[in-house]
Amino acid sequence: MMPKSPRIWQLAERRYRLLGSRCTACGKTSVGPRNVCPACGSEDVETVQLPSTGTVYSYTVVHALPAERERYGPYIMAIVELEDGTRVTSEIVDCEPEDVKIGMPVELAFRVIGQESEEGIIYYGYKFRPLVFRKTN
Amino acid sequence: MSVFNDKKTAIVGYGSYIPRYRIKIESIAHAWGEPLEMLRGLRVQEISVKGRDEDQVTIAVEAARNALRRAPEVSAKEIGAIYSGSESKPYAVKPTSTIVAAAIGAPLSVRLADYEFACKGGTEAIISCISQARSGMIKYGLAIAADCSQSLPGDVLEYTASAGGSAFIIGHGSGDPIAYFEGQYSVGTDTPDFWRRDLIKYPRHGGRFTGEPAYFRHVMAAASGLMRELNMKPEDFDYIVPHQPNGSFPVEVAKRLGFSESKVLPGLLSPIVGNFYSGSSPTGLCRVLDQAKPGQRILLVSFGSGAGSDAFSIVVADGIERKRDLAPKVEDYVERKKYVDYSVYARFWGKIAF
Amino acid sequence: MRDVAVIGVGMTKFGERWDKQLRDLFVEAGNEALKDANMGRDEVQALFVGNFSAGSFVGQEHVAPLLSDYLSLKSKPAFRVESACASSAMAFNLACMAVASGTYDIVMVGGVEKMTDVSAPEATSVYAKAMDAEWESFFGLTLPAAFALIARRHFVQYGTKPEQLAMVSVKNHRNGSKNPLAQFQFEVTVERVLSSPIVSDPLHVLDCSPVTDGAAAVILCSAELARKYTDTPVYVLGFGVASDSMALHDRPDITTLGAVVKASRQAYRMAGIEPKDVDVAELHDSFTIAEIILYEDLGFCEKGKGGMMIQEGETEIGGRIPVNPSGGLKARGHPVGASGAAQIVEIVKQLRGEAGRRQVPGAEIGMTQSMGGTASTCAVHIFGRRKR
Repeated sequence: MMPKSPRIWQLAERRYRLLGSRCTACGKTSVGPRNVCPACGSEDVETVQLPSTGTVYSYTVVHALPAERERYGPYIMAIVELEDGTRVTSEIVDCEPEDVKIGMPVELAFRVIGQESEEGIIYYGYKFRPLVFRKTN
Repeated sequence: MSVFNDKKTAIVGYGSYIPRYRIKIESIAHAWGEPLEMLRGLRVQEISVKGRDEDQVTIAVEAARNALRRAPEVSAKEIGAIYSGSESKPYAVKPTSTIVAAAIGAPLSVRLADYEFACKGGTEAIISCISQARSGMIKYGLAIAADCSQSLPGDVLEYTASAGGSAFIIGHGSGDPIAYFEGQYSVGTDTPDFWRRDLIKYPRHGGRFTGEPAYFRHVMAAASGLMRELNMKPEDFDYIVPHQPNGSFPVEVAKRLGFSESKVLPGLLSPIVGNFYSGSSPTGLCRVLDQAKPGQRILLVSFGSGAGSDAFSIVVADGIERKRDLAPKVEDYVERKKYVDYSVYARFWGKIAF
Repeated sequence: MRDVAVIGVGMTKFGERWDKQLRDLFVEAGNEALKDANMGRDEVQALFVGNFSAGSFVGQEHVAPLLSDYLSLKSKPAFRVESACASSAMAFNLACMAVASGTYDIVMVGGVEKMTDVSAPEATSVYAKAMDAEWESFFGLTLPAAFALIARRHFVQYGTKPEQLAMVSVKNHRNGSKNPLAQFQFEVTVERVLSSPIVSDPLHVLDCSPVTDGAAAVILCSAELARKYTDTPVYVLGFGVASDSMALHDRPDITTLGAVVKASRQAYRMAGIEPKDVDVAELHDSFTIAEIILYEDLGFCEKGKGGMMIQEGETEIGGRIPVNPSGGLKARGHPVGASGAAQIVEIVKQLRGEAGRRQVPGAEIGMTQSMGGTASTCAVHIFGRRKR
């Protein structure tokens, strides 16, 4: 089988760095790459750095695992609302299932998302975790 | 041997990362039926454990991002070289530094390479950044020292091999220095104390042979060589940060070199988080930077099996006060912990074969 | 545009059909629909078939000519429609327009899915392809997990309770126990639902529709031809189709399924009815929370009152608006590409008065609502015993 390299490569940097799209006409932001603004239809959409912190908007603990994660064990999935209001779907790591709450502050983490196979390429990207240290400044 | 009298080659950003999970030595001993008395000599209580979705690359990226946070004057686009030192890179072929480059937004024009020298690949990366910055080849270099240290199940190394690492942004005459380098000295020999053959999953070692002819001989030679060339004595240093394969070797080697125990303890991490291999002494250095005062001098001495040692004399600069709080400290990560038992440790590590 | 009518329906037993292949299932449903319409296969002018992912489940793409071939429809045009769980509802919608436009007079519409050839984790991964593969499922979101995210918000915003979700399962299992073609013909209790294994909290196994093999088919023709074949034609009074963002995270409020609101309003307007006029509805209860939200977004109750609606028994057979008398996706089973067609089969039987022990007495107007993924697609159809 042809490795998934091209498909992974196309989006790798966006996933590594949590880059998003922002419409220069109406300001709408979203996580995926867009050529047309989903809100106003403008074609003036730029790639921007999304904020690295936010709060949990909703969450669930996944027990029925998909094939790619058959041996991963249960995990927390969430929609995270970033500081600028953009929402992203992400796993929450370094957190026990009983500790995750709606509204919980989280920060960007860099993790392995999956892999093609033991021989194949490794997929890296963003996940979120509870804040490591409270900002004192 | 290199002596840098200009005080211009400096760390302008540093950052560390340690995974959240810990396993107590007792849990590992329990799994293998090992009496704890046998392990007292290691002087390690607990070690960090990588999460199920962490590897050397993810630790490298987290450390690199923290280093950049402490160098707000540096844009990722100004980084001319990224060198990653480790012995546990997830790809045997394809550099970790390439993934770090993408993850921090480095420019297309960047020198990337990975170093492997057992536990001293990280200091090799630092040396490369120092020399390229000093020669003007780069404005800033990013040196990464991180490992998800490998250990054969049931081997004594399991009681110390852990996950973590650090990263340093190094420049010459640019940026707001946190600490500058004033000398560097390395030694190397053919000493087969610890190795991993190609396509073999876990490293093997020579047991007690890893001590005197390997660790002590090389660390002593590099540290004393550096002091000799700099015309300095242990009293001239406020801290010594040797490689930390366990909790006793670094204390012992400092003593033999003539350092008081109080100078080695601030950078001693192995008793509470284990041995990060390439990331071991560099993360000890970060812990010292987290608490040091401007003007204080640090002796950093790595050790890589095989074998070699890199010694550095580092002097803390004023920038430390401005930058220390811009990223999580080593202690923040040390205190953030969740204990797992050996079965979970084995699962996270992929030590359960299917 | 001409009026169109359903004149024949057919459906296989839903369940784990270990001995049947994809094509066998569809041929069984198609033949039954032809027989029900008192029609020879040469009279069918085109086939519209909904199928979600035969490529992933059984390694077969291009299923429309395959099914046409095995039904011996000869060289007639055959279309496959893929809209995830709404595939055959969307196929039906296209077929309605094809007949209404006069392009064809008589067509067969159906859906089929053969799912039990793959393991549960594999099935979970295939379902996840109905969401945004790059920005949702890539990161670990599964379809049940997406509805769990929706459920958690619904709990927080409207005070909906896990017990109310369980009541949907209890009702649909009770109805399914009266449907001989249903996958599950047993009843459950709230306690049993809540103590069943967690799929993605707060959703339990008994909150989720199952993995199912099955097919359903109907014969659709122009209204003027209908009485030539049957004394009990069921007319399409109205329909609506709408889309929403692919990813849940791109929606302002995930507790409202925008495509459902839009599609249903179009359908009500076209049929000239209001929500209260619906006598019986087959809704897309892929997860119990979905049925509760559908009550709200279809206008059966106020927003946020879906939990109370099930609790008050308003959607039971005999209630104000009976929902899912067939057992729904929950108990009848959910062969993804076939579910939309199976809903239509049930509504036609209800309006004809042929639903046996689960008959809604005197049903004149019925509704089907089918959606794909996290309701990125929604199709609503309204049917009546009399022309509009």
